[in-house]
Amino acid sequence: MLGRRVFRLLLQVVFVLLTVGTLCFAMAELLPGDAAYRIAAGRYGYDLVNTEIAEAVRAELGLDRPALLRWAEWLGQVAQGNMGQSMVLGDPVLHLVAYQLGQTVWLSLVAWLMALTLGISLGLWTAMHPEGWARQAVDGLNTVLRASPSFLLGVVLTTLLAVELGWFPVAGHEDAEHVFLPALTLALALCPGFTQVVRDAARRVLGSDAFEFAQVKGLPVRAALWRHALPQILLATLAYAGVQLVLLIEGMVVVETLFAWPGIGHALVHAVIARDIPMIQGTALTMALLFVLLSRAIDLLLHALDPRLVDAQAAPASATP
Amino acid sequence: MKPNHTLPVAVLLVMAALALLTPALAPDPHSQDLMASLRAPDAMHWLGTDHLGRDNLARLGEGLRTSLGLALASALLAVALGSALGLLAAARGGWTDRLLSALADGVAAIPGLLWVLLIAALAPGEKWALYSGLVLTAWVEFFRLLRSHTRSALLGQPVQASRLLGFGFGYILRWHVLRPIAGVLARLWAYAVAHAVLAIAALGFVSVGVRPPQAELGLMMTEALPYYHEAPWLLATPVVALVLVIGALQTIVGRAADDTPAGVVA
Repeated sequence: MLGRRVFRLLLQVVFVLLTVGTLCFAMAELLPGDAAYRIAAGRYGYDLVNTEIAEAVRAELGLDRPALLRWAEWLGQVAQGNMGQSMVLGDPVLHLVAYQLGQTVWLSLVAWLMALTLGISLGLWTAMHPEGWARQAVDGLNTVLRASPSFLLGVVLTTLLAVELGWFPVAGHEDAEHVFLPALTLALALCPGFTQVVRDAARRVLGSDAFEFAQVKGLPVRAALWRHALPQILLATLAYAGVQLVLLIEGMVVVETLFAWPGIGHALVHAVIARDIPMIQGTALTMALLFVLLSRAIDLLLHALDPRLVDAQAAPASATP
Repeated sequence: MKPNHTLPVAVLLVMAALALLTPALAPDPHSQDLMASLRAPDAMHWLGTDHLGRDNLARLGEGLRTSLGLALASALLAVALGSALGLLAAARGGWTDRLLSALADGVAAIPGLLWVLLIAALAPGEKWALYSGLVLTAWVEFFRLLRSHTRSALLGQPVQASRLLGFGFGYILRWHVLRPIAGVLARLWAYAVAHAVLAIAALGFVSVGVRPPQAELGLMMTEALPYYHEAPWLLATPVVALVLVIGALQTIVGRAADDTPAGVVA
């Protein structure tokens, strides 16, 4: 079982490296103009470039070799982690991405914690009080949140909380308070899904015989919830985290751009606008690899925590000859 | 509790009518009149004018045409492609199945918006890049659904009975494979359309998607944002239109969207 998982992970990592590398190579090839002249201009300045120097650069870098050979070389560089330098900033891509990754991880952790708190409290509350205004209010809120894209939520929150009320700074990233608005935007985008999953799991558990027996044997509701219901609810939430990951990463691109948060998503969008190919490659690879690794990690964690999954997979295999 | 579909369908019809009728009813969405910029709604311009004096109703119509047209077309192509490949994988099995499944796994390893951004970077401002990026991210779900469903359906007793009775492959495909999941497919399709509309708007909003002279919902919001104090209706129109379209589509999809993993490796 584990071997197949690792194999699938490796396959995905190779696929990501190949695709992103190839797309970026194609971008570089499709750029208008002659690459030899462009590189020569970058090295010696625009005034000093002539045909002779361009040809020298072409011979030195082997730009006249067939595209297939250069493509293989490009992929080799990518596989070795040699990402080159940003065409706009001039710094090594790896340094820039390392800094941006830290910012992105910080923002997404805060957002995730907010969404978790919101989702679990709203989901539990509505599961325990299925009738009444609270349930309807939460349902209404979630319908609106589900239909609003994250950039819209961001704009509404900024105009309301930052511009009109002045409670939070609009943009910036130096202090801890700056993280609040972008994180809240992301959290609100994740909230409907969390609420739904927590509510479904909670209703399943609360209606189960095990939970009823826990109360029959004399446990107070609070203890029964804590000991018997919460682990199952958290497990369901974790299982849903894989789906949330896509939402989180896609939301990250948009929300970081909106709030000018110096993370990976922001860098990717700006690299695409400026056609800064090494940066596009570095940021896209980081995001895709992060996504693959995190999905696998969640998957493995789920199997480690929930023995029922392993049994369910083993059962049909042993039942059929 | 059966969801009521009258309201969301009515909303979608109104939006479609708005998109299709505005070329006949409203002025050219690109003609500027700088003397009449940021006008409040009046008899001439029902939804006012934007910062370049362009008619907002006409812009909204064009924006809806762009978004809905792209989204509907890309979701249709994704259904066709994903279903065809899913059927092929299930019917042929063996290496065809393994290769196609590995391909789907690989495509799913990169989040949808990232694909669209990368392909859009390959050909900036080109519609086909946006279009192919959307199709590429959407087909995987249809492929997985069709593959797993067809595999179990082909092994089932109804199909064996049909075969024994001498019915051909076309009959089995139509009645035993496609008929039972037509509803799920339609709902997944609506979900894919909603996702595509959102993706197009998000890309327009960060100025990577459709290019400026053309109207598009996300782009209209970016353009209207600096004037939200002077002309709030300018920001409100694309926002309301987008939320209505997405809300209507999601209501139609219903709860199915919650348990459908969106492009995630199971």
